[in-house]
Amino acid sequence: MFGPIFLAMHIPDGFVNVPVGLVGWALMIVFVGVALRQTGRQLGERQIPLMGVLAAFIFAAQMINFPVAGGTSGHLLGGALAAILLGPWAAVLVMTSVIAVQGLLFQDGGLLAMGFNTINMGILTAFVGYAVYSVVRKALGGTPTASIVGAAAAAWVTVEAAATATSLELAISGTSALDVALPAMVGVHAVIGLGEALVTAGAVAFVQQTRPDLMPHAQASASSTRGTGWIAAGLVLALAVAFASPLASSHPDGLERVAEDKAFMDEAEDAPYSILPDYTVPGIDNETVTTIAAGVIGVLIVAAVGYGAARVSQREHSPQA
Amino acid sequence: MSDSLSQRYQPGSSPLHRLDPRVKLVVTLILVLGITLTPAQAWPAYPLLWALVASIAALGGIGAGRLARLGSVALPFALAAATLLFTTPGDPAAHVLGLTITHEGIARFAAVVLKSWLAVQAALLLSLTTHPTDLLWALSSLRVPTVLVQILSFMIRYLDTLRDEVDRLNRARASRSASVPGHKSGGNVVWRATVAGHMAGSLFLRSLERSERVYAAMQARGYRGEMRVLAAPPLTPRAVLWGAVPVIALGLIEALAALWWHR
Repeated sequence: MFGPIFLAMHIPDGFVNVPVGLVGWALMIVFVGVALRQTGRQLGERQIPLMGVLAAFIFAAQMINFPVAGGTSGHLLGGALAAILLGPWAAVLVMTSVIAVQGLLFQDGGLLAMGFNTINMGILTAFVGYAVYSVVRKALGGTPTASIVGAAAAAWVTVEAAATATSLELAISGTSALDVALPAMVGVHAVIGLGEALVTAGAVAFVQQTRPDLMPHAQASASSTRGTGWIAAGLVLALAVAFASPLASSHPDGLERVAEDKAFMDEAEDAPYSILPDYTVPGIDNETVTTIAAGVIGVLIVAAVGYGAARVSQREHSPQA
Repeated sequence: MSDSLSQRYQPGSSPLHRLDPRVKLVVTLILVLGITLTPAQAWPAYPLLWALVASIAALGGIGAGRLARLGSVALPFALAAATLLFTTPGDPAAHVLGLTITHEGIARFAAVVLKSWLAVQAALLLSLTTHPTDLLWALSSLRVPTVLVQILSFMIRYLDTLRDEVDRLNRARASRSASVPGHKSGGNVVWRATVAGHMAGSLFLRSLERSERVYAAMQARGYRGEMRVLAAPPLTPRAVLWGAVPVIALGLIEALAALWWHR
């Protein structure tokens, strides 16, 4: 049912270490808590049936596949599509439900790893996807074609963002070497992202043509504050990634060179070194903590900005609601 | 319909099936945590952990071989950790394609793969012997927000329905794109991906309309925004005692592993 391409994104247990896994869970709890409140206020008593059925929709939509070449097939991941059709907070909730069910019932993605799986494929995709879609759509004049181009761009960027985040988390856990895994993951997903872009654009084009009233900007075009809020959120998030990645990638490089020279010389006397998990070796520790801290701070800033933007739009909408 | 959602769950009446789902959920989480925490080079711990998982499985009437096979679903992901083979500094063991594989690299890679394989088997114990409904009920009694649990329960309820919808969309596509054997058909990849996109869009509209019908039907039956659920039965000391056994065993294995590690 799930191809290897699909599995490449769902981190199983054993690949993130316990501290990284717990940080992921903490971030997930914060975001899902806010998402529950946001969608609850917006949808009221419709929240449970609507979010539940739409989560099942994403799960089912991931089963629509198309032949690529040589017996392989591609399929939708759906993070960007959910963000475009439902808005970022509802998308967080829907994608979290999908990943929770995949992890709990199908062992597709781990339990300890569920926090970061949700962040990579649900939370990051929701905010980055929504921000890219809004910026591109607005920049191209807000026409139906602009929406389709925006959807394609958003889908491609979200797949790349998720791949980057996955390689960072694995590297921080010490289960993958960043300077090899990051280019490989980003490279492979640049191609997978093209499939995601085409399918997402196709889906948005279809909905726009048959039920234009359902496109989110059809209802929310009145409040421009909301859009700018998400754009700011996306920018901050991009900045966070930009700051975090050189921090993480420059270091192992240097470390490995040093360690390679050293390991051969000091092998006999260095017995305790070899049994220490690599990424807790004194000296790296600091760097790891800094990287995590940078990531956490970045994401928390996004949360704050996002929440603020949502509050502003809430106030604007309250007279009608 | 190809396979049902409850495909993983195997109905039964074994002691493991009858164990309180809250206890099962907590013990599973502890097992996964413990397996992940095992020091990488404490090799004797791994067969012991496997024996622990396999003996719990035996209580649930699940063969160790079958569990091991099901547990290997996550192994393709090991490709991501394969970089460790080359990048871990240490004793060279072999040269492949101009890259040096080190003994230390092999050890670290093997530890990651073993941990992952064991953790997936531990998680399988839960999903093979617990009905999804019981699992959700256990989640809500562990303080997962009720709204989220209700959303999950709706999702699970409609999974098979929407999967049938996907089957119908697939059948429709197959009938539209009939091909003569030996002749190229069906356009290029871009066209095929766009068709898949249209199908996803169509599925979205059908799902949205279905959710509106569901909501209307719920309102007609007096739904006012809160779900009624039966009160959770109290946790029996017996169930807790059963749950404590594997946790103590895990603690002993981890203690041994820590000793071995410092040897």
